[in-house]
Amino acid sequence: MNPINTRETFDNQLSHLSQEVLSLGKMAEIAIRQSMQALQQADRGIARQSIRNDLEINKKRYALENNCVTLIATQQPMGRDVRFLTAILEIITELERIADYAKGVSKVTIRMSEKNSSITIMTHLQEMAEMGLSMLERSLEAFMRRDTESARSIPLDDDQVDHLYNQVAMELTNMVIKDPGTVQTAQYLMWAAHNLERLADRVTNICERVVYVNTGEMLEFDQMEDE
Amino acid sequence: MQLPFIYEINIESTEMTLPQNNSLAIEATNLNIYYGTFRAVKDVSLKIPQNKVTALIGPSGCGKSTLIRSFNRMNELVPGSHLKGEILFRGENIYAQTVDPVEVRRKIGMVFQKPNPFPKSIYENVAWGAKLNGFKSELGYPNMDEWVEQCLRKAALWDEVKDKLDQSGLSLSGGQQQRLCIARTIAIQPEIILMDEPASALDPIATLKIEELMRELVEEYTIIVVTHNMHQAARVSDYTAFLTMDEDRSGVLVEYGQTNQIFTNPRDSRTEGYITGRYG
Repeated sequence: MNPINTRETFDNQLSHLSQEVLSLGKMAEIAIRQSMQALQQADRGIARQSIRNDLEINKKRYALENNCVTLIATQQPMGRDVRFLTAILEIITELERIADYAKGVSKVTIRMSEKNSSITIMTHLQEMAEMGLSMLERSLEAFMRRDTESARSIPLDDDQVDHLYNQVAMELTNMVIKDPGTVQTAQYLMWAAHNLERLADRVTNICERVVYVNTGEMLEFDQMEDE
Repeated sequence: MQLPFIYEINIESTEMTLPQNNSLAIEATNLNIYYGTFRAVKDVSLKIPQNKVTALIGPSGCGKSTLIRSFNRMNELVPGSHLKGEILFRGENIYAQTVDPVEVRRKIGMVFQKPNPFPKSIYENVAWGAKLNGFKSELGYPNMDEWVEQCLRKAALWDEVKDKLDQSGLSLSGGQQQRLCIARTIAIQPEIILMDEPASALDPIATLKIEELMRELVEEYTIIVVTHNMHQAARVSDYTAFLTMDEDRSGVLVEYGQTNQIFTNPRDSRTEGYITGRYG
């Protein structure tokens, strides 16, 4: 019988945990895609399904948190290992919040009484979602590959998401000015846009954690342009 | 690429701050310690701050016990050992020919891995060293009884032994014996207490008591501790020095810094490898 290598076992546990984080990220991505599909097609059925799926995401997040706590207690990690595990605790929280934004978008679909007619606005919302999801995918890739450079550059794309957000806000304002009867629809769509804008902010937080794992540096990518 | 929107958060725990000269308890400079022709410690320079716990960690054979024993000239008791470099205590090289090693050991006491109380009463264990070193009543303690009580209190042992001071020190549990040895060390009024694996022979509860005691004692004394238990080093020390062996098996200092930094973000890959169990 081969002797048990405790360090190797721990490495395998960490590797498994990374895969699970990736899997949670995929679930968050699917949630956003599903909620956007529901919004674009004004499909309340898909929206309700998306909200139900959120329970699974929350469940997975807590299972991963529990795994992390167990490893911290049993392995008493140090150095990169402790940075890795504490970063995962943060990253899974960010992923769960991203899934909550999907829920927010789905709630907008359920509450809106009619399909929105402004193709431009819907296109810009879709672009925001795609941009945010691309950032999310790349941030998790950077996490898996320990790619500090990518983690530092991905948050730059948040500016584009913010730009689209401002554009949507302006378009919705114009829509209400032209037709005051659309005020409620505008409010709902603004809420959807806000959720998508926050998605990109959460990805930025994930990138900060990736840099921390790899370098030990605590950075904050400043998102407040106006400050 | 310039990233102007990034700023660093100032986090004390990750800052590399080494002890300043004006608050040093003891300082080793270019220290080389030999056993015969074998060099056990190679070119170590280390500044130990006052009223702090400094931990020496590293794999077996890296010279950490040799190093700590050199701080009060205990290594001289090993036949064939000799030392180059200097260790400054109060601005004076403790290895200078004019310095009495007994006086050095009075000011720099030591607690060993295995508790070693004298086969005498608990009271005598504490009083003996103080008597030998000329206990003086003008210290504020009018008689030896009060001094013994004070030392046992400082060693967090008084409440457990106050009703059996005349019993043998050897009748106590391992953890109590170790605290008795600490009380005995304190009784001689040292400035620095060296501890070589002080809790490695103790159970977790007794270990915790010793660790708590170290944090209390550091208010009054400087503590240097050698430990194999990295989590103990992380729990009790303010500064940590990591030593390892170089290619000719001599002990070298790899990294020295604030404990929080050493255990969460070491600068040297050898330290990282050791504390995460990938090396050593």
